[in-house]
Amino acid sequence: MTLNRRQFMRTASGALVYASAASVLRSAGLKGEEPIKVANVLDQTGGLNIYSLKQISGCAMGVEDLNKAGGLLGRPIELLFYDSQSNNQFNSQYATQAFVRGKAHVLQGGITSSSREVMRPIVRKFGGLFFYNSLYEGGVCDRRHVSTGMVPAQQLEALVPYVMGEHGGKRGYILAADYNYGHITAKWMQKIIRENGGEDLAVEFFPLDVTNFAPVISRIQAAKPDVVWSVLVGGAHMAFYRQYEATIGKKNLMLASTTYGVGREQTELSADEAEGILIGTSFVDDLPSPAAKSFVKKFQAWEGNSDYVGEYGEYGYRGIMLWAEAVRKAGSPEPDAVIAALDGVQYDGAGGLYTIDGKTNHTTMDIHVVRGNRTGSFDLIKSFGQRPPKDTQLVCDLDKNPDDTTQYEPEV
Amino acid sequence: MEQVAIYAYQIGVSFSIFILISLGLAVIFGMMRVINLAQGEFLMLGAYACVLATQAGLSLWLSMFVAAAVVGLFGIVVERVIIRFLYGRIVDTLLATWGLSLFLVGGITTLFGPQSESVVNPLGNVTVGDIALSQYSLAMIAIAIALLIGTYCLWRFTRFGLIVRGTMQNPDMARGLGVNTDRVFMLTFGFGAALTGFAGAVLVPITGAAPPMGVFFIAKAFITVISGGHLPLIGTVSASAIFGAIDGFVAFVSSSVVGEMSVLFVAIILLRLLPMGITGHLRRGL
Repeated sequence: MTLNRRQFMRTASGALVYASAASVLRSAGLKGEEPIKVANVLDQTGGLNIYSLKQISGCAMGVEDLNKAGGLLGRPIELLFYDSQSNNQFNSQYATQAFVRGKAHVLQGGITSSSREVMRPIVRKFGGLFFYNSLYEGGVCDRRHVSTGMVPAQQLEALVPYVMGEHGGKRGYILAADYNYGHITAKWMQKIIRENGGEDLAVEFFPLDVTNFAPVISRIQAAKPDVVWSVLVGGAHMAFYRQYEATIGKKNLMLASTTYGVGREQTELSADEAEGILIGTSFVDDLPSPAAKSFVKKFQAWEGNSDYVGEYGEYGYRGIMLWAEAVRKAGSPEPDAVIAALDGVQYDGAGGLYTIDGKTNHTTMDIHVVRGNRTGSFDLIKSFGQRPPKDTQLVCDLDKNPDDTTQYEPEV
Repeated sequence: MEQVAIYAYQIGVSFSIFILISLGLAVIFGMMRVINLAQGEFLMLGAYACVLATQAGLSLWLSMFVAAAVVGLFGIVVERVIIRFLYGRIVDTLLATWGLSLFLVGGITTLFGPQSESVVNPLGNVTVGDIALSQYSLAMIAIAIALLIGTYCLWRFTRFGLIVRGTMQNPDMARGLGVNTDRVFMLTFGFGAALTGFAGAVLVPITGAAPPMGVFFIAKAFITVISGGHLPLIGTVSASAIFGAIDGFVAFVSSSVVGEMSVLFVAIILLRLLPMGITGHLRRGL
């Protein structure tokens, strides 16, 4: 088909009219108010995107739901998405861009602790607000930063005593990833194991590129623990779960983990490799509550597939909804007004009730102990209601020191 | 006795991993002097080929040969399209194969997604004393040794091997004697790629297949082949034996971190004392 100049002009101007008409209609529906802007910086590409892809959808779905319900404070919400490409340099670049050019009212995102630490000073510089929706090692004390995910005290104080009590896992062997998350979580684990009258036989750290776990698997067998604790992270460490099942086997020696599942590992392993592992989590797809069931259904319909959603997808939605509740309470989307309103903000979500603790800007939530099954998911064993972020509460008090910006390393 | 068996197992596993990841590179870099930065991605392609073949219903063992064939053919295509214009131009080869590696990681991520894929491990375990050892890891040791012997016999005892060795030593002379060196280069590169693809498939039940997996192995592969020196096969075997013994032993008595550190430490000392590699002083051999 050839297109001459006149036809092209006619088509192009038609398209222009159509596009502007749609935007006219949309803003007319919401009384032509200025939009509230939400920036989302996550890794859509690169090695870390296994943790981010579902969260990107969760965040977008949250914004869409708010807009469908008439926006916030009568204003529409505009989502600005930036792909940080699994590279901290882009986290810094796009966080700046989100505030300067995008005039974002809130920045949501960041997965790794290093990406969070890159963005936190930028948020401070522009007087913004930052929702970090990820499981992390705890201790960040900064009023412009809100953590909506689990910290070690929440997860471990539910999981460790349960494994030690109900399953007799008194003597533990800990394997952890060799960076700050692994080190701090392993320390917490040792502390909680000892407090409960158990024994930590060994703690071993593994660089993120280790794939041969044969030496440690033999050492574990020589040490004869009652349970093996995995704080392993990332693609290479998946090899551990494969090799463990091929040698020791979860039937013979219990395996429990703090990190397994957040990267949807169970969907990538075979049924034998995934069955039986014990984890502590704030959300898995197979929670029996109606809230969880309807969330998963809505999420899958939104994405148009039947994928496992997982904890990080839910975190994305949770972050948007908690922020929206705070905006409603503050009556304004301006960061300082929202920060003042944060304490006690609640959202009843798919994993239970989430409450922001204003002293630390961390979130109180339900923790569920679940067990891997053969169908790429988890069975709920026991729920622990409303666990506070105790580790961070011990070291952080934003009421007393509102200008604090430290990340405290818990004394263990 | 049990202790001896367990040490032998640890060292054997480590040795076989070094052999698997560096044997293909010994051919492509050691013999042909092509710095192939996409070597890790050849492993990854082999792993994916194996996953697809098992999903199509083939047994794991057959799938390894499928993976070798697929990656071997892919290697021939790469040689025809990219490498053959770049023989002797080291920096250009380096850039071209680096680009190829980025392209392969991106391509596989687009096709199969970022998540890793698994193959079910068909074997169980055996116990020595009260320590269980993976049968598959034992099989992997046997496979690595078989690949070594096979490659040695091919180079040493066949007419093809003789021609290849002659061509690599002096291509002009070989051409003068009527050898189609262009074809020999192509087939040798393809053979190196096939060995790598086979190794990738062997690793799948242990590591899984994922787009970034090549990165975990590429540095170790180059360190092994370079430490081996100018005789690709003997050099790679002796370097793998030294590194495997150190890694297997140290990682077992101490930890994986110290194991990796001691391998790098020994590699540095080795190259300081023998700058031409382990086989630097040997005049002949494979």
